[in-house]
Amino acid sequence: MIYDAVIIGAGHNGLVAGSYLARAGMTVCVVEKNDWVGGAAVSRELHPGFTYSNCSYVSSLFRPEIMRDLELPRHGLQILPFEGGAVLTEDGDYLGMHRDHDANRREFARHSLRDSEAYDRYARDVQRHCRFIRPMLMRTPPDPARFRPRDVAELAWLARKMFELPEAQIAEMIRFWTMSISDYLDQYFENPVIKAYLAVSAIIGTALGPMSPGSAYVLLHHYMGDVDGNVGAWGFARGGMGAVTKALTASLQAAGGEVRMGSGVDRVLVSNGRATGVVLDNGDEIRGRRVISNMDVKRTFLKHVEEKELPGEFVDRVKKFKIRGSSGKLNIALDSAPVFPALPEGSTHIRGDLHFTDSIARMERAYDDWKSGTFSRDPFQDVMIPTMIDPTMTPPGKHFMSCFVQYAPPKIHGGEWTDADRDAFGKTCLDQLEAYSPGFKDRVLHVEVRTPRELEAEVGLTEGNIFQGELTFDQLLFNRPVPGYAQYRSPVKDLWICGSSTHPGGGVMGAPGRNAAAEILREAGQIKGMRDAYPVL
Amino acid sequence: MTGLKRATQLLTTPFHARTSAANLQGRWGPWAGYRAALCFGDVDMEYTAIRNAASVYDLCPMVKYRFTGPDAEAYLDHLTVRNVAKLKPGSVHYTLWCDDEGKVLDDGTLLRHGPQEFLLSCQERHLPWMLDAATGYDVTIADVTTEIAALSLQGPTSAAVLRLAGWDVSDLRPFRMLKVDFGGAELTISRTGFTGDLGYELWTSADHALPLWDHLMAAGALHGIRPIGTDALNLARLDAGFLIANVDFIPADQALRHDRARSPFEIGLDWLIDWTKGHFNGRRALVAERAAGSEWAMVGLDIEGNVSAEGSILYLGKKKEVGYITSAAWSPSAKRSIALAQIRRPYHESADIWVEIYAQRELQYAKLMLKADQTARPFYEPARRRTTPPQAF
Repeated sequence: MIYDAVIIGAGHNGLVAGSYLARAGMTVCVVEKNDWVGGAAVSRELHPGFTYSNCSYVSSLFRPEIMRDLELPRHGLQILPFEGGAVLTEDGDYLGMHRDHDANRREFARHSLRDSEAYDRYARDVQRHCRFIRPMLMRTPPDPARFRPRDVAELAWLARKMFELPEAQIAEMIRFWTMSISDYLDQYFENPVIKAYLAVSAIIGTALGPMSPGSAYVLLHHYMGDVDGNVGAWGFARGGMGAVTKALTASLQAAGGEVRMGSGVDRVLVSNGRATGVVLDNGDEIRGRRVISNMDVKRTFLKHVEEKELPGEFVDRVKKFKIRGSSGKLNIALDSAPVFPALPEGSTHIRGDLHFTDSIARMERAYDDWKSGTFSRDPFQDVMIPTMIDPTMTPPGKHFMSCFVQYAPPKIHGGEWTDADRDAFGKTCLDQLEAYSPGFKDRVLHVEVRTPRELEAEVGLTEGNIFQGELTFDQLLFNRPVPGYAQYRSPVKDLWICGSSTHPGGGVMGAPGRNAAAEILREAGQIKGMRDAYPVL
Repeated sequence: MTGLKRATQLLTTPFHARTSAANLQGRWGPWAGYRAALCFGDVDMEYTAIRNAASVYDLCPMVKYRFTGPDAEAYLDHLTVRNVAKLKPGSVHYTLWCDDEGKVLDDGTLLRHGPQEFLLSCQERHLPWMLDAATGYDVTIADVTTEIAALSLQGPTSAAVLRLAGWDVSDLRPFRMLKVDFGGAELTISRTGFTGDLGYELWTSADHALPLWDHLMAAGALHGIRPIGTDALNLARLDAGFLIANVDFIPADQALRHDRARSPFEIGLDWLIDWTKGHFNGRRALVAERAAGSEWAMVGLDIEGNVSAEGSILYLGKKKEVGYITSAAWSPSAKRSIALAQIRRPYHESADIWVEIYAQRELQYAKLMLKADQTARPFYEPARRRTTPPQAF
């Protein structure tokens, strides 16, 4: 059998692309090396009765248009908005978040009266940037070096959008895209704790510090999603982030697509400059009229396509694509709910994201450790306990805690991570938790510690970079992943890329997979079942 | 800081013990982080108290800033569009302030307590902006919202109520203030209000709130005094043609869509601007706009029929969309269907403006296209509003 599409990797983008193609009438086979689907949107039971969100742990970016097109709610997907969140400070105080505007303002005012009001202008300005960028997420970037009618029209669309803005906002936007989050926040705020809380979104998943130019854009990347129209809000996938890929798999199968698990792709078959299928690690050959890779661009072209099939300049650019890993993760099964004495009893803060890094300076010092080739001794952790509101992941009264940790380098002092390094990394994080929640370690039933080594080995993310490539301005839009190949195509005919290495980048967004499917279907002349992005009113 | 509790729920005002006891229906709404009464029992009766007897409204959630220092006058002159030098101690004026592009940030009332002391009462918060604007001025700015308890006493018998309370306000002209002693604290009585009727606003320290409430209620018992909620006040303010930030215009610093900001010309408040006083914030842009013309106009409409036009769209000749209603109601005092509206210039001068109303009656909609004629504001203005000394009722 020759499939219309063979997709490498059952991550969310591979499954999104596969589902769209299957719905348009193509025969689709998704190949997955692990015995489970999900990629980095995965939920596994590593302790009996406990479902984890092993990699990604919250949802906001996943495009609602895709959920609707692929009928994901019917296939079991539920997104739960959450409340709360706090930074616990070294002096035993905290800064807590509230969904209610005025309650939030009063809490900010406890730290700085001026900042409490400045927050409104800050939030408005970030929203303005989101409004500009959101319509771009579900469009194929134009290629500015070519003059095909579609590229010219798309460039004109971009230019028109830009010049609809007042002059001052154009200037503001260009500054925002290039400056550091530290400098950006200094324009609005004076209080270090408030700045530390807001800077978080700019460093998550990024091999940049809060003082590195370009980090402000990363914040925007985390703000441009929404939960049911509430732009910037984040939620949990009910049942863990694996629920996203479970629903996608069900949608794919309902449309006649197949998923083949348990053996990865050894290499892409190329004949006469065209991709014709894949050979699996177990030797099986799967034939396809086109091959679509959900792997990152480095893994795809440097490990699974013979170099002689690719132009030298392309290979060189792919080699130099920045994909440095910066983070690790602890997934913890807890016997009971942790207590953070700094937080008021009964407050909702524990239901949201908890941090212990109370200044940008501390964040930057954590990054300094990464630069010198080791994990942060005083790490930044983004701690979430989804079981505070999700009843499906653990037995009642027990909890699953996800700790996203920065910084962790892809290599330790230039060498490979060892088990001892991993354990030392895990202990550093647990010690920090224990310091803010005495007795924490006694509640722990099981811990999964993941460094960039585990992320690369299990999930397949090169260097453990969660975005399949850094989100710096030089690697965005028509330069993602490399100039000339931002339209989901590759130098090999019928070999496509659909992962987060492509526009608009990482996060559980689904847009790369959807956009790649759109290009494939457009080329095949059978585009259907795909709605445009909801308009920004 | 006082009042900044860790509690997450809505704050209550210093009058809460009394307002909660009087609120028969538990109809509250959030207002700037406070629990504010929307209605105590019957909105028609409360509105009637404003126009017939005496009404009491809790103003505490209004944001209040105090400005003190040798440069306070010069600073406020620079900040706001009106001439603060002309505002004598003991006086109040209504004013507004703009950003550098000449777009309105907010409006409010400025009370001059002394040569170097002012109080500004407004709807929105502006502290970072005000602090930034103070560079180079010898002025101290404090947010005193939680320190002051303020009540609005409005209605034809309000002067009589104050006289029975022991304070003779017969000589107090509109926009003037009187300071009296109340239980050892200073009480400021200003002849101001948001109803377009005879009325006063009373300002004292938060710890004197409850005695003040009780004292007024006792004094007004035979003069029809009753507490009113935001619903009734909103109807009265529309009669008077007053604007509310975030209802009738979007404050420029909050506008997410940059084209939503409005200049004073565009909301009909350019009459406040003193062009001769020297520079003030936004002046350069406003001078340019005065020469070049504005995009929008704020108009008062008198709409045929008796169906309120809230949220409706305006058309030129029933076809071309030219504007929208910002506030509308059937006015029990004016006996007209009235509205505040934004119309794109030059259509604000047209006599051919229509409003499309979707009136829901028992689930089904009646779709109406009604003639909307421009009319002067205030829509309703009783003579007692300005008469000094005030009449007995």
